[in-house]
Amino acid sequence: MAKIISDVVCPFCGTLCDDLEVKVSDDGKEILEVYNACVIGTEKFLHSQAKDRLTVPMKQDEEGNWNEVSVDDAVEYTAQMLCNAKKPLMYGWSSTNCEAQSKGHEIAELVGGVVDNTATVCHGTTLIAVQDVGVPSCTLGEVKNRADRIVFWGCNPAHAHPRHMSRYSIFPRGFFTGKGHKARKMVVVDPRSTDTAKMADLHMQIEQGRDYELLSALRVAIRGNPLPETVAGIPRETIQDVAETLKSGRFVVIFFGMGVTQSLSKNHNIDIAIALTRDLNDYTKAAIMPMRGHYNVTGSGQVLGWQFGYPFCVDLSRGFARYNPGDSTSNDLLRRGEVDAVFVLGSDPGAHFPISSVKKIAQLPSVCVEPHYTPTTAVCKLHMPVAFVGVEEGGCAYRMDNVPIETRKVVEPPEGMLSDEEFLERVLERVKEIKGVA
Amino acid sequence: MAEYLIKNGFVFDPVLEINGDKVDIAIKDGKIVQSTEIKNPTVVDAAGKTVMAGGVDIHAHVAGPKVNVGRNYRPEDKLFNYEPRKGVKRMAGGFSVPTVFRTGYKYAQMGYTTVMEAAMPPLYARHTHEEMRDTPILDQGAYPVFGNNWFVLEYLKNHEVENAAAYISWLLRTTRGYAIKIVNPGGTEAWGWGLNCNSIHDPVPYFDITPAQIMKGLMDANEALRLPHSIHIHTNNLGNPGNYETTLDTFKLFQGEKPNNDFGREQVMHHTHVQFHSYGGDNWGNVESKADEIMNYVNNNDNMTMDLGCVTLDETTTMTADGPFEHHLTELNHLKWANTDVELETAAGVVPYIYSPNVKVCGIQWAIGLELALLAKDPMRVFITTDHPNAGPFFRYPRVMKWLMSQDAREAQMDALKWAEKVRSATLLSGLDRELTLYEIAAMTRAGTAKALGLSHMYGSLKPGLEADVAVYDYNPETAEDPELIEKAFGNAAYLFKGGEIVVKEGEVVSNGNKKTLWVDAKVAENPQVQRDVAEKFLRYYTVTQANYEVNEKVFMKNPYRIEVDATQ
Ligand code: SF4
Repeated sequence: MAKIISDVVCPFCGTLCDDLEVKVSDDGKEILEVYNACVIGTEKFLHSQAKDRLTVPMKQDEEGNWNEVSVDDAVEYTAQMLCNAKKPLMYGWSSTNCEAQSKGHEIAELVGGVVDNTATVCHGTTLIAVQDVGVPSCTLGEVKNRADRIVFWGCNPAHAHPRHMSRYSIFPRGFFTGKGHKARKMVVVDPRSTDTAKMADLHMQIEQGRDYELLSALRVAIRGNPLPETVAGIPRETIQDVAETLKSGRFVVIFFGMGVTQSLSKNHNIDIAIALTRDLNDYTKAAIMPMRGHYNVTGSGQVLGWQFGYPFCVDLSRGFARYNPGDSTSNDLLRRGEVDAVFVLGSDPGAHFPISSVKKIAQLPSVCVEPHYTPTTAVCKLHMPVAFVGVEEGGCAYRMDNVPIETRKVVEPPEGMLSDEEFLERVLERVKEIKGVA
Repeated sequence: MAEYLIKNGFVFDPVLEINGDKVDIAIKDGKIVQSTEIKNPTVVDAAGKTVMAGGVDIHAHVAGPKVNVGRNYRPEDKLFNYEPRKGVKRMAGGFSVPTVFRTGYKYAQMGYTTVMEAAMPPLYARHTHEEMRDTPILDQGAYPVFGNNWFVLEYLKNHEVENAAAYISWLLRTTRGYAIKIVNPGGTEAWGWGLNCNSIHDPVPYFDITPAQIMKGLMDANEALRLPHSIHIHTNNLGNPGNYETTLDTFKLFQGEKPNNDFGREQVMHHTHVQFHSYGGDNWGNVESKADEIMNYVNNNDNMTMDLGCVTLDETTTMTADGPFEHHLTELNHLKWANTDVELETAAGVVPYIYSPNVKVCGIQWAIGLELALLAKDPMRVFITTDHPNAGPFFRYPRVMKWLMSQDAREAQMDALKWAEKVRSATLLSGLDRELTLYEIAAMTRAGTAKALGLSHMYGSLKPGLEADVAVYDYNPETAEDPELIEKAFGNAAYLFKGGEIVVKEGEVVSNGNKKTLWVDAKVAENPQVQRDVAEKFLRYYTVTQANYEVNEKVFMKNPYRIEVDATQ
């Protein structure tokens, strides 16, 4: 007899769908089916069942050969590495729960590490912009219940956040939006004709990297001031049209992704997108929201915030928390050769950092805590396999609108497998011993 | 657990009516006991020092989503104030929005042991609890906001107080909340459309109910539930010239109403940060103090309590569930603006603010906060707050005490204002020569707040049987003359005992204590209609499922402490 576990939270993307149902075998060991999730979410659950999954820590020797080691050895190596380093980089944190993040922060405090999360290569620019100009935003339910004007700027939810449009932004019928998508106007700004763009009422196919200009033009148009014939490849009339569409809405939401955060102008793009949102509030109600990628990158920023006061790239090496993007950010540290050990948990810099950074990781003492084999585990000295958070371990995660949701454990991890938090707890204990603190 | 005897101190305790007498305080098993009950105590010599119960803060914003927005979007707030890790202390920083560690340590250094988070958006209850869990030392609880909640609006529109009460009981339990908070009733829902309710009779768009009906209905539900605390109101029209009339209209809604509870609470409503609600005039040019009219009402109606919301003349970070107000503020000062509208429940905004001594209005605001306290006839009903961090950071309480206890100190500050004469003529402060006593201060910061919270069986006094939360200050009321000593001593407790444990010793934090998280479990008769309504709303309008809404005590709370109430009768 299989049993169905309901209200399961998907630990994949920032949409953090919490309505999944998972069918597990009677002994609670095997996931048989995943309902309601999109393909990527489903895959995350099923992947935990891979038969060839690594369950024992592996360490590279001098010649580069991988050997199995015990968990005790893994704890010892990690603790020694962190304690011996002058300035270890502790990177990742976006695919684990807040409890593990919290433990990691305590270790970082004791060893004088730098804690950085994946925002450093995605929405870090957004966080900087928020520090410049703030952010008028809302929860996703406000979008569902009120919003009649939706803008997707530089993002492609059809692929990256597959259930976003059906759960929150375009299709659902909410309290004041009984007609669902029929009463919503959808605008997409993207240089490519993405699957999201194809669904839009209006696709502004902007010239690559010219977001700032178009956002600026929209601000001008909203005020009714004159515009040149085209801006960023978009005809004046279209811009004026979009401005009118937004102004005439009852509740406008702008969602934006890495297409704007990591293109030319970076945080300045977001500054002006927020300024546009502010302007719209003089005419109607408007909000703006980053499409956060990893399911708990938002949580990492939150926990860092309440513990240290900054949302990413927090440098604890001087005995107090210091925050200086461009200096205390992972890639800047790696490429300047400023860190002497690398600890990775809950992300895959090997796949996403520039090759120059990855090469640096490969040269340093390094640990990767990670259930999968990834490009990062391949270059680290120690691969510590752990349970899948959100599948084999519960804990808190924050959705892209900062709403915290408690993820659920649906199956047991393979025998003897520690969770991120348990592993970090053991490292913390050992670090305390080495450092001689109570 | 260790036994302690705090000897020879000058004790101030309005509950026991001890006014500066030398009384020994004995501690055993985490509680205050009679001195005869202890055998082998560690003696703490408090000769020449002031002894009070641990401070109880009724209203501060110290944990939760908007607080963390304040932290994360103001790196500049951490300049020059970071303290490194030391002993049991984690590294800690931040001025107007300190990190959770700094919050715990700073309060402890002021001799405070209990702090209530004044506004918790229910959907973000988990976040609020996570921050409270990580805040060392302090006993805490959080007030979920109800004044713009769709369930409440709909039930009260239909005069279904019983259903509203059943829903409140459910929400308090689900979010592990402590009391009913009301912020800009109706106005924050209107803000969902960019609108507001500026008076207590402005109808809420779509919901067809007025702020007055919301507040009155919630009071009825609160009393029906027999909750320890009363409704906790931040009324409409905050921060606008001429708003004292709205405030009085709000007060009058409750005239003659009687409390119903077993916790010794005597008020039916608490009005918070009244300073922001006491303005006369009709524009910023002619704004003036109406503290006298406000306090006249408060003094004559003993079924209400209030706190001050004193402006401390600092740069700070304002944050409130009054979404439209924060938008108004950002239009005024053009500083960065954060806002979050929360589905079915509330909204919140955050804007930095500088209360400059060079700005006339700031001077007037500063004066009004103090006037309210100086005009209060019953210090057991009027409490010191800064609405942290809205009017100033909480660690300025000792400075506020200095101003309240010394006319010289007030006048010195008044003289230092750029527009001193204009402030004098728009306010009453210079004409008030009252200087509050330590006995009154003890009422305004512990005895009164504990009572208003329905927690006088735990906190606020040194009565045997209460929690052994005791603060010892290096302040000799017989010899101290310089008002600066007040600020210094009350910002640096010599000793703090929390639940019978020494947390601060000779001014240093030596323990992270054993904090409790308080919440109220009010039992009501089963109500299938409300259960059905909740299920339906979650299915159709919320974006989390009902099963994923409840706060899991094991994961999110440190030492949950349940206060039970039986409202089934
Ligand atoms: S949209 Fe994101 S959170 Fe939802 S099921 Fe797909 S991967 Fe999971």
